[in-house]
Amino acid sequence: MAGCSDREALLNGLIDGELDAANTAAIEAHLAACHDCREAFARLQGVRETLSEPGVRYQAPDRLRAGIDAAIGDGAARNRRTVLPSWLAPGVAGALAASLALLLLTPVGTGPRIEDEAVAGHIRSLQVAHLTDVQTSNQHVVKPWFNGKIDFSPPVPELAAQGFPLAGGRLDYIGGRSVAAIVYRRRLHTINLFVWPAPGPDRTVASDGYTVTEWSSGGLRFIAVSDIGASDLNAFKAAFIASTR
Amino acid sequence: MKFSPSRFAQPRLAASNAAPSADARQAERFRAIVLPHLDGAYNLARYLTRDPTLSEDVVQDAFVRAYRAFGDFRGGSAKAWLFAIVRNCSHSATAAQSAAAVRTIQETALSENQAEQVDSHTDEGADPEQQLIAREDAAEARSLIEALPEPFREAIVLRELEELSYKEIAEVTGVAIGTVMSRLSRARAILCEVAMRRGSEPDQSRSSR
Repeated sequence: MAGCSDREALLNGLIDGELDAANTAAIEAHLAACHDCREAFARLQGVRETLSEPGVRYQAPDRLRAGIDAAIGDGAARNRRTVLPSWLAPGVAGALAASLALLLLTPVGTGPRIEDEAVAGHIRSLQVAHLTDVQTSNQHVVKPWFNGKIDFSPPVPELAAQGFPLAGGRLDYIGGRSVAAIVYRRRLHTINLFVWPAPGPDRTVASDGYTVTEWSSGGLRFIAVSDIGASDLNAFKAAFIASTR
Repeated sequence: MKFSPSRFAQPRLAASNAAPSADARQAERFRAIVLPHLDGAYNLARYLTRDPTLSEDVVQDAFVRAYRAFGDFRGGSAKAWLFAIVRNCSHSATAAQSAAAVRTIQETALSENQAEQVDSHTDEGADPEQQLIAREDAAEARSLIEALPEPFREAIVLRELEELSYKEIAEVTGVAIGTVMSRLSRARAILCEVAMRRGSEPDQSRSSR
């Protein structure tokens, strides 16, 4: 590969986002000056683009998923063949537990239960292959779809230019009410954005390997859940807020 | 107040009088933390073994082992933890398989073709021509990866398809981060080279269409 051979590891580190600030600045300065390295860097990006085609990453066959599901066993005595009980059971148990948790422990009005539910909703959406009810990258399709299904109108900005293409929307059930779940993508990852009318805190927390970022705006509460890192999810939040302002 | 799920796990479980057993709690946690990485586990096994049938056995086996060992999981990246198990199972399976040589290879080739045919019927959508191109690109990319020697194949799959950090890749593959870096760098150099030799340089083939 052309380019300066001693910079190859740095170019790879740059493309993988694994360099510290000093090395990033150094290699970026070098890229600005060195044509060969710019070409080498473009080739690396080409490789990345080729490999990020949908259809390159294999997906587990359904029968394998079913086999493993059966092998794990029936932990909480739920029937996993039907979607409905697995949607409802945690809600009921959660509501009961929440009232107890509020009594026993929670010093503030909104405990962590909502975030737990949001994470559960995110996981559920990936597990039961029920990520979107309306599947489109067009905001003008997603927004009207919510009309009549919920009693508020969530903003649905298009964020593809900022690296978060819209994937669709669905209804979900959090904190005892129907909420809008708007689905965005970040490369191979899924972001579930839950929206409903309520005041809410402004914070980012981590839960079981998932990142949860919350904010409120215009009387609506927003909770974004994903397995991307906090910095990526905060970038999503910033992009979302900027385009709905 | 800082959000800490573990603090609230106790009262919640106490609240349901059905009193779920430790096993039930473990199953629940496993489903939440490990199961979401099933596709990734299969993808890794698929590229390590290059055999669709064997991959399913490997992943099934890996999940059974992971579930048994889950009590020992002490946080950190569940994905890296699971992938290390998948990797071990893949190695055992391919070692056992190479002993049973010729017959298996023929069957493998056959099931690979069948799998591709099945795949080709699954995605339906608007523009068949676009889909064909996309499928050819994906198939080309898959064959590029599959042609890589194992340490490079493994590194590139973990980084580009599973998006593990260098640290996590080092954890899964049991080598130093420096080795991860040099493997990735070498893997990408080979991919560029092979892609060019095949006359379709990755980024240019995309923009010229």
